[in-house]
Amino acid sequence: MPIHEEHLIRPENIKTKDNLVIDGIDVSGHWSTFIESRVVTDYNEEMEEEIAALPGGEFIHRCWQCGSCTNSCTVNAINPEFNPRYWIYLIRMGMESELLRDKDIIWQCVSCNKCTYACPRDVFPEGVMKATSHWLELKGHTEKSPSMHFDEVFAEQIIETGKIEEGRTIRNFFKRTGQSLTQDWMIQMVKNLISNLPVKLLISMGLANVLRPKTRNWAAAGAAISEYAEEKQEEQREALGLTELVEMAKQETESLESKANS
Amino acid sequence: MSEKNEKYKKVAYYPGCALEGTGHAYNRSTKQVGKALGLELDEVKNWNCCGAMEVKNIDPKIQTYLSSRVLSIAANEMGHDVVMAPCNGCYHNLKKAEYDLEKDEKSKEVVERISKKAGHKTYEAGEVETIHALDWIKDAIGEEGLKERVKNNLNGMKIANYYGCMYTRPRHIFPEKDQGPGSESTLEPHFMDDLLEAAGAENVDFPLKTACCGGAHTLSDSDTSTKLVLNILKAAEASGAEVIATECPTCHSGLEMHQIRAEKKYGEKTNVKILYFTQLLGVALGLNAKQVGVHENVSHSMEFLKEKGLT
Ligand code: SF4
Ligand code: SF4
Repeated sequence: MPIHEEHLIRPENIKTKDNLVIDGIDVSGHWSTFIESRVVTDYNEEMEEEIAALPGGEFIHRCWQCGSCTNSCTVNAINPEFNPRYWIYLIRMGMESELLRDKDIIWQCVSCNKCTYACPRDVFPEGVMKATSHWLELKGHTEKSPSMHFDEVFAEQIIETGKIEEGRTIRNFFKRTGQSLTQDWMIQMVKNLISNLPVKLLISMGLANVLRPKTRNWAAAGAAISEYAEEKQEEQREALGLTELVEMAKQETESLESKANS
Repeated sequence: MSEKNEKYKKVAYYPGCALEGTGHAYNRSTKQVGKALGLELDEVKNWNCCGAMEVKNIDPKIQTYLSSRVLSIAANEMGHDVVMAPCNGCYHNLKKAEYDLEKDEKSKEVVERISKKAGHKTYEAGEVETIHALDWIKDAIGEEGLKERVKNNLNGMKIANYYGCMYTRPRHIFPEKDQGPGSESTLEPHFMDDLLEAAGAENVDFPLKTACCGGAHTLSDSDTSTKLVLNILKAAEASGAEVIATECPTCHSGLEMHQIRAEKKYGEKTNVKILYFTQLLGVALGLNAKQVGVHENVSHSMEFLKEKGLT
């Protein structure tokens, strides 16, 4: 008997028996598959509010579960486990442990906004995906995702210089995520480039790494952005009830440091 | 001549970071095509990054500020009323900033605060109009004007036009689209089709015009990107296309990069060529392939253009 949306049921809860007799009636064969019922008691009632407090999550409460987001989703088409509608449901129900089963794929949203286009309730599911992966990181459920590393390397460079120099962003990203820059396909790409381009241009591209592009008189803007970003982070920590934790950790390190110094 | 037509003849030009890096062939070909068509580009002075896809994930209002600074310089320091951005990401972010500054008080507050500290005039919604390179050529020259200027007809070259995500989604930041005949459609965009057809191309029926190439995770989740790109490449080939025309440096280099990666990693080889629409228009206007940077692309198309007698 095929089970509808089988991937939403934990495999250990699906029971199939070869021979089964219930109340003296032989139900072997077609009727031998059961889903074990279970009881959920560990609701996290704050979860929806916390995710709504992060950028992108603001409109999660509007969702009426039509499923258009999942239906149109780019990543869902290559991985059926990627299911924005279902995650929004879990978040609104406060079913944290269920959500955590998918914690390592939520960040894979490619921000294509197909869901936003399809959503009849202006939930902005793309934003909800970003807010959710952000929440998972802030709460310590996941390591920083490769994508968040990339965003940070990128943002830091803009705050510093006002512009992006791609070579530098790429190098820093690989460094931060501990990957080697010399992946075979990258080498092939560079080979293709070299076979196409005159040497002179390559040298000037190499020079671009030295003479980094910069926006002139950027310091004031960079400082103002940093200041605002820090304030925002503080607000987010507060919304997620993490302020105390951060304070404790700070005190802890300070006392360790002073011990080490004395 | 319509009002728009005149207004777009001289615009502020915002190339953005990618066009100074991986997308320099797009930069070169855009400028060359503009020159060949007698359109003037005035580069935004001392511009900064628009925030790309990444900054909004740190905080969306920082992205709004970054884009607003570019708009402010174009409007207040240079006196322009139109900014043209050829990169889908830049175009999208400038549009989004415009929308947010019109509708959202909080965004306004943050932009005002940072602009003051940074020491420049705060951008006010409505001071400039942001357009894409497609709007620019379509409205300043138009299909008829283009036809008159074509020297090397593309001669039925089979092209799949690939628009990507950021040019049409989310729809609310593009209030001028979906306004009936003559306007761009967010569901089935056609401006690139129109221009290339005027240059003599035969556009194939391509179902993945606005599919996603996974550009946001080109490096951080390469396997997903490779799958998405491979889908696009195969669909283009199945539609009978010899070339995929692109209008965004991120999409373009994503397609090129993952075409190679798909072959190296999964043994999936595709032969469809990848060219910026400005490169195709350029050769049609009689520029040679090098002038529009075809030799700077990662994927090799020189031979192909030679075979077609276009260079
Ligand atoms: S499309 Fe919108 S309303 Fe429908 S399930 Fe997704 S988020 Fe909810
Ligand atoms: S933005 Fe993310 S969640 Fe929405 S359709 Fe694209 S990949 Fe799916």
